[in-house]
Amino acid sequence: MSEAAAHHDDHGHHYNGGISRWLTTTNHKDIGTMYLVFSLVMFFIGGAMAMIIRLELFKPGLQFVDPQLFNSMTTLHALVMIFGAVMPAWTGFANWMIPMMIGAPDMALPRLNNWSFWILPFAFTLLLSTLFMPGGGPAGGWTMLPPLVLQTGMAFPFLIFAVHFLGASSIAGAINVVATVFNLRAPGMTLMKLPLFVWTWIITAFLLIASMPVLAGAVTMLLTDKYFGTSFFSAAGGGDPVLFQHIFWFFGHPEVYILILPAFGIVSAIIPTFARKPLFGYSSMVYAAGAIAFLSFIVWAHHMFTVGMPLAGELFFMYATVLIAVPTGVKVFNWVATMWQSSMTFETPMLFAIAFVVLFTIGGFSGLMLGVTPVDFQYHDTYFVVAHFHYVLVTGAVFALMAGTYFWLPKWTGHMYDETLGKWHFWISTISVNVLFFPQHFLGLAGMPRRIPDYAVQFADWNMVSSIGGFVFGLSQFMFVIVIVKCVRGGAKATDRVWEGARGLEWTLSSPPPYHSFATPPEPATIDGGYR
Amino acid sequence: MMSLITRSGRMGVVLASILAMLPAMANASWELNLPRGVTPYSNIVYNLHMLILWVCVVTGIVVFGAIFLSILKFRKSQGAVAAQWHESTTVEVLWTIVPFAILIAMAVPATKALIMMEDVGKSDLTIKVTGYQWRWRYEYLDRGVEVFAALSQKSNVARQLGSGIDPTTVENYLLDVDNEIVLPVNKKIRFLTTAGDVIHSWWVPALGWKRDAIPGYINESWAKIEKEGVYRGQCALLCGKDHGFMPIVIRVVSEAEFDKWIAGHKQAAPPVANSASPVATGSLLVQRQ
Repeated sequence: MSEAAAHHDDHGHHYNGGISRWLTTTNHKDIGTMYLVFSLVMFFIGGAMAMIIRLELFKPGLQFVDPQLFNSMTTLHALVMIFGAVMPAWTGFANWMIPMMIGAPDMALPRLNNWSFWILPFAFTLLLSTLFMPGGGPAGGWTMLPPLVLQTGMAFPFLIFAVHFLGASSIAGAINVVATVFNLRAPGMTLMKLPLFVWTWIITAFLLIASMPVLAGAVTMLLTDKYFGTSFFSAAGGGDPVLFQHIFWFFGHPEVYILILPAFGIVSAIIPTFARKPLFGYSSMVYAAGAIAFLSFIVWAHHMFTVGMPLAGELFFMYATVLIAVPTGVKVFNWVATMWQSSMTFETPMLFAIAFVVLFTIGGFSGLMLGVTPVDFQYHDTYFVVAHFHYVLVTGAVFALMAGTYFWLPKWTGHMYDETLGKWHFWISTISVNVLFFPQHFLGLAGMPRRIPDYAVQFADWNMVSSIGGFVFGLSQFMFVIVIVKCVRGGAKATDRVWEGARGLEWTLSSPPPYHSFATPPEPATIDGGYR
Repeated sequence: MMSLITRSGRMGVVLASILAMLPAMANASWELNLPRGVTPYSNIVYNLHMLILWVCVVTGIVVFGAIFLSILKFRKSQGAVAAQWHESTTVEVLWTIVPFAILIAMAVPATKALIMMEDVGKSDLTIKVTGYQWRWRYEYLDRGVEVFAALSQKSNVARQLGSGIDPTTVENYLLDVDNEIVLPVNKKIRFLTTAGDVIHSWWVPALGWKRDAIPGYINESWAKIEKEGVYRGQCALLCGKDHGFMPIVIRVVSEAEFDKWIAGHKQAAPPVANSASPVATGSLLVQRQ
């Protein structure tokens, strides 16, 4: 047991019992746990909406929901999954892991930390309550494009304020990560020795701080357009509906890297561990993540190639967009090089990490295709786009979240999870998710637009295949919950190091780690230099 | 570059035909690839699509092959011992420059295609397309013809929640309109897209592009349709409750037939409303309803 952990035993736990522990906690692990549990709940709520969507699309004709409800399902599914499942999950991982990875006792701003979490349940109560209001939930798409979104009924102000809250929560979480990493690193933990998860999270945090206020501004202008007689986005009043799209996607494109960058960090921790070999090209991984983050601010208009931009604009955004393939390619090649001449074993986290590399790359390929403007005129707003972003977000971000959960669960709980069940979860998820999303490429190419509740009969076959994949994928996620619950309740005792090839400060702590991670800084000698 | 495109196009045809044979039912609805379309632009788009697709497939084979090989060869259970190398500037520079060069090679034909698409000059005919919730209005600006097109009655009845009508029994379910528009073959047709209420997007896949119809904006695009026939499409941008139910049908005919159709329609059609501003016509329409 490390010195820090031994030292910890001298202190008591200073927390209240029962529910008030969770309401008032300022501890990074408690808050991390709340973020992760909240995210899992949201993953199932958003997943239930996806099941309704796939059920309605199982065959042509409207069988279960009317078009209005269908549209609010697609709208809320996106908002819940992005702001409720993936983003809070990353903040949960950051809370749990960053102090342990950099040799700190806790996050730098613990009260802000408590507050940034507790905003979330209120924000989602506001958002989801709209489903029970007259007129139903928001149905104009998560992109909230005016003038359509201004036709939303009673749900409109709830949507806007929920987005405001979510933005405030994310900004607070991001500021906390930045403050922690820049102030609480242990002596000897230089920037270029930081684990890549910490690196990608700092970059993510800066993206959040830069882009979230832009979204807040855009939705505030929607609010004043609707209730206070302004015409920012109304052509009839001298405004411009396309302006909203420019502002929204100036937030929206960095946002997609907010969702995926921490995934790069997690995969960069897992692959070297189970390959028993240092990460290939650590510093180029850092620079590539930085380059991706920079480029993410100058490519926003590729989401709106069909709005009718001038030729020069279309060319610029095409070139900048396909350029992202270069640093992203570097990352993928580096992961593959890490596996080359290594000594691999295939525990569940490694399986999810390898699946991430393959399937995320497929999402990257379709992204490259979409970035080529003249062809995008065909792909745009079709199921090809739906397939693309689900490959990068489900088999990308969500698979990395699962990999990370399996990877650190023994550290968090002190117990090993059920490896057999974990492997079943992996194989069923990986097969079904491809049955779910791969045919959507074909549907899009064949001409099926996205966000339609019903479709022409030539799209029937692949939609049925996709729905079957969707149902299996949805149900198989209950296995994930079972693995987690079993692991929290008991199981084989986990060692401190847990995995043979594990490197990094978090593995020098006990499993489960002490309540205050590093009450005294770790010995500089225990800090590995820039290997992952 | 050109030869690469045509070669990849041919390979694509071979691949597509192999894949098409796979499902023994040979049902046309197991569609896998982008259709070629019927305009010069849609053919360029198709070739470009196949080019990038093949670049991705080849890259995928290399990358996924390396992963697969690693999984086979470098497993601990087979006694593999991990090397400890973790850096090589040469390799890093190489796999930065090579993808960059491939991207430039792809950007050249893409740029040419885009320049061609944006050249809307010298058109033979101009049609203004206005999107409304949930129908399209077509104005043949220099011919004085106006057509409104909405979902056909048959599809509209069948698509109601719990209608009990099997969509497969409805001809061109959801892709049929009450009034088709007629266009001449082999003429450069300029489309002006705009909208009267919310944003829509006008898309006929066979033409090779879609263009958003935005209130307050008039977007220009063009198509030269080289084959007579009926082509179907849909609104591509979420525009509210019935977004999925505003199809587009164009019938492409010879010039003589087109002139006949125009003449027949001119008498029947009501006088074209003042269309100085799309917003104005939009509100006018709302009042009329």
